[in-house]
This record gives sequence, C-alpha cells and structure tokens, in this order.
Amino acid sequence: MKEILEILEKNARISIGEIAAMLQKSEYEIENEIRRLEKEKIILSYNTLINRELLGEDIVTAIIEINLTPQREVGFDAIAEKIYRFDEVRTVYLMSGNFDLLVIIEGKSLKEISHFVATRLATIEGVTQTRSHFMLKAYKKDGITIENEEEDRRQVISP
Amino acid sequence: MQDVISLGVGEPDFVTPWSIRESCVYGLERGYTSYTANRGMPELRNEISRHFVRRHEVEYNPDTEILVTVGVSEALDIALRAIINPGDEVLIPEPCYVSYQACTTFAGGVPVPVPAKIENEFRITPEELQPFLTTKTKAILIGYPNNPTGAIMEREDLQKIADFAEQNDLIVISDEIYGDLTYKGVHECFAALPKMKDRTILLNGFSKAYAMTGWRIGYALGNPDVIGAMTKIHQYTMLCAPITAQLAAVEALRHGEKYMKKMVAEYDRRRKLIYDGFKKLGMDSFEPGGAFYIFPNITSSGLTSEEFAEKLIMSEHVALVPGTAFGKSGAGHVRCSYATGIEKISEALKRIEHFLTKLH
Repeated sequence: MKEILEILEKNARISIGEIAAMLQKSEYEIENEIRRLEKEKIILSYNTLINRELLGEDIVTAIIEINLTPQREVGFDAIAEKIYRFDEVRTVYLMSGNFDLLVIIEGKSLKEISHFVATRLATIEGVTQTRSHFMLKAYKKDGITIENEEEDRRQVISP
Repeated sequence: MQDVISLGVGEPDFVTPWSIRESCVYGLERGYTSYTANRGMPELRNEISRHFVRRHEVEYNPDTEILVTVGVSEALDIALRAIINPGDEVLIPEPCYVSYQACTTFAGGVPVPVPAKIENEFRITPEELQPFLTTKTKAILIGYPNNPTGAIMEREDLQKIADFAEQNDLIVISDEIYGDLTYKGVHECFAALPKMKDRTILLNGFSKAYAMTGWRIGYALGNPDVIGAMTKIHQYTMLCAPITAQLAAVEALRHGEKYMKKMVAEYDRRRKLIYDGFKKLGMDSFEPGGAFYIFPNITSSGLTSEEFAEKLIMSEHVALVPGTAFGKSGAGHVRCSYATGIEKISEALKRIEHFLTKLH
C-alpha cells in the first residue's frame, strides 16, 4: 500500500498496468487497493502542480498568520472551519508557536487579498490579530523544484 | 540523432544526494585542499571499517587492511598488479565488466574467461571453473551483482566458490560495487564467508549506490600484505584519492543510507517494470537480482546482438549494448540499463515492441 502511494504521489497519471508490473501484483489487485485508499480518504485527490508563472497568470499568494482566542468546547476547530470554508483560502494549518493558524490565500492582486483579510478574516469572532506576508517567488513546492530542473549531465564514456 | 532513449548507460541517473555534495562544499570552504594519507583519510577508513562490521560482521583494521582508491577501477588495476606474476592465470566468469580481462593483461597475467550459463542465471559454479584450472591459476575475479547480467550469487553459491578457492589455494578478487543494489534478499559479502577474509581482495566504492560516479572514489579491503603491496603501487602512481571526494564519502557512510535506500527502492520498481516488459515482448530473461541491468535474450529476433543493437538505434532510437561487448558468452543477449526514469523505460519498451513487430 505504501509503495502504491509513493508511486502515485510522484505521478498520478501512471497506468494501473505499470504499477502492477512495478509491484509484481495483478492489475485487479492494484485497482482494488487504490479504490480502497480512495474510499478511506487516504488518497484525497489527484492534483496537478502548475507553474503559474509560466502561464503568465497574475496570481498573488499570501501567507497569513492568525492569532485566535480559543472557544470553549471546540477550541480552535470552529474558527478554523469558518476560515477554510472560503474558496480563497487554499490551506489552513494549526500551528505551535507565536501564532495559531497559518492560512494560505490566493487572489488576483494585493488589494484583493488585503481587502479579503481585513473584511472577512479579521472580523471573525475570536480572531485577535492577523499578519499578512506576500509571497514573492516559489522555489520548491511539494518536493518539486520549480525552476532549474536538473538536466541529465551524463556523458558518453567507455566502458 | 534526436529523441534517443538510452538504456546503454552504466551509471545512475540520480545526482549525488545534496547532503553529500554539501559536505564536500563545506570541506572546501574550510580549506580541505591538501593531500591525504596515501591509504586515505583516517576518518574515511574508520567509517569503512565500521560499515563492514555493522553490515557484514567482518572486521578490517583501518590502519593496515583498507586502501581508499580512485574508484574501483584503480583498485582493480592495482589489485591485479600486486598479485600477478608474469604468466599467472586469472579465472574470470563471463559475461563480465570489460576491464577485468584488460587489466589482467596489463598486469602481465593471462585472463581465462569461464562462460557462465543462462540456465544457471549466469551464476558461476566450481564445476564450470574446474576445467580451466591449471598450475598457473592464481586468482578468481568475480563481480556479483553482475554487470552486465544483473545476476547475483546467494550465500550457498558463494560458499562453493570459497571451497574451490580454498582447495586450490586461489586468491579471490570480489568486485562488489553493485552490492547495495541487491533486490532479492541481501547482498552477501564474499570476505564474510568463513576463512575467506584473508584470501579475498574486496573491492567496493560509492559510485553506484550513492550516485557518485564522477567523484572517483572506491576502496580495497584485504590482508595487510596485499593491501600493503597495493598501497605501494597506489602511492607511486596516484598518491591518494582526492580529498574532496573522501570528505563526501565520509558523509555518505555516516548519513547517506536513507538516500541510498530511496534510490534502491526506485531502481527496484524500474527493474520489475522492465522485466515485466521484456516478458510480455516474448524476450526471455531471468529476473535480475541486482545492479541496474537486465540481459534479455534476443535470439528469437533472428539477429545477432550487434545487429539487434544497431538496427534498434537506427530505426527506433533506443540505445542498448550488445551482449558480446562483455565476452563471447554474451552472444544472443543485449544489456539494458534501467538507470533511467520510468517514463523513458515505458517508452523504450513500446519502441522495442514496434521494432519486433516490424521484424516479423
């Protein structure tokens, strides 16, 4: 199971036949196993990592640190839910340290994002402080280097 | 020629793990630019010694039984030069790495190729060695996991060779550069067999397992006499291995295993994929147990291995190596390296399928 995940995490488009060959199992077994992983939500989705810079799309990404007053019974979860329900919010993590939630937001401009933070996030009950950091450049995402993919430098050699 | 897929390369497609590269850079920054001891940095020899105790339960004295060399290539050359008198014969199971015979000749010896059989998955047996034994036979030179066949020798196979060496008082040079790339079971170190440590010159290095081919760093392990003799040649011809590469090798042994295991897992998947691919194409091959080569039989194509390789590159742009490059007994086979990405392996298999259907 772990190996199927390792293979898919690298290339979700690989065929069942290839996975079966690599793990010396039948295609039927692999298919069943993947279905089970999907059903149990171990596999959540098959995403494509897009280099938006090359696409020429202007997208602004901001990382927002949020401080919260935890609420009785539900702690941070209820506020986190209020935040992650927004489509603009791509990622939400509960953190240890100087702030509580780390939120990643994508928008069309600085203005749009600051407006969103000021009017939608900062105003949520329990949010005591927000600090926004705008991302300037992505070097590596989810284990993939964005630029400077290392080329094959092997030369002809004998023997 | 455009869009060639090479299954011909005998080196990892991975780049040396960053932590290993970084330790070399850090060493340079601190001014590590001098010679080292002829035998290699004490730190590296200590790490090598510890590694063999940990992994194979065989102990080498870092001061007298370990020599760090410029790749296994140098170690092989000076091992042969140290032990061979003019006219001495060396038994060399074939197919094998092409330098074995050449270096034996350079050293004034006579290489005696001993064909290994596909029926036996290219392992070698004492029965096969026996007919080639003469009064001049000095040594056996084995390399398992094997380049080009991917064959491995299990403990009982090696034990038979050990008994044969013992009975006939032969030195065994064991080139175990592909040892860490063993996929079926664990690699058995020849020197770890009972009574074999003194008789064996063990060669190994970092090129394949740690993707460090360009660093040129290897080592030889053996009894103090033979390592002493090799050190003499080494100090007059090479002085010492580069200090930068030695620093990197120390890091590889101290912290590199997790990166190495990841690469091995990846090779293993490719191995199974390519083995399955050739099976589906009707090209017979035994399942290789080590290294990163598969050695399928191509006689059903009606071509010789040279013709097969040449026609394939011209018409389908897939490069591989004819089996005869590794000795006469490689005839009827081709060597394919799977040290290349999954997508390329799949594409190469498709092209080979196309090639075969056009032939018939």
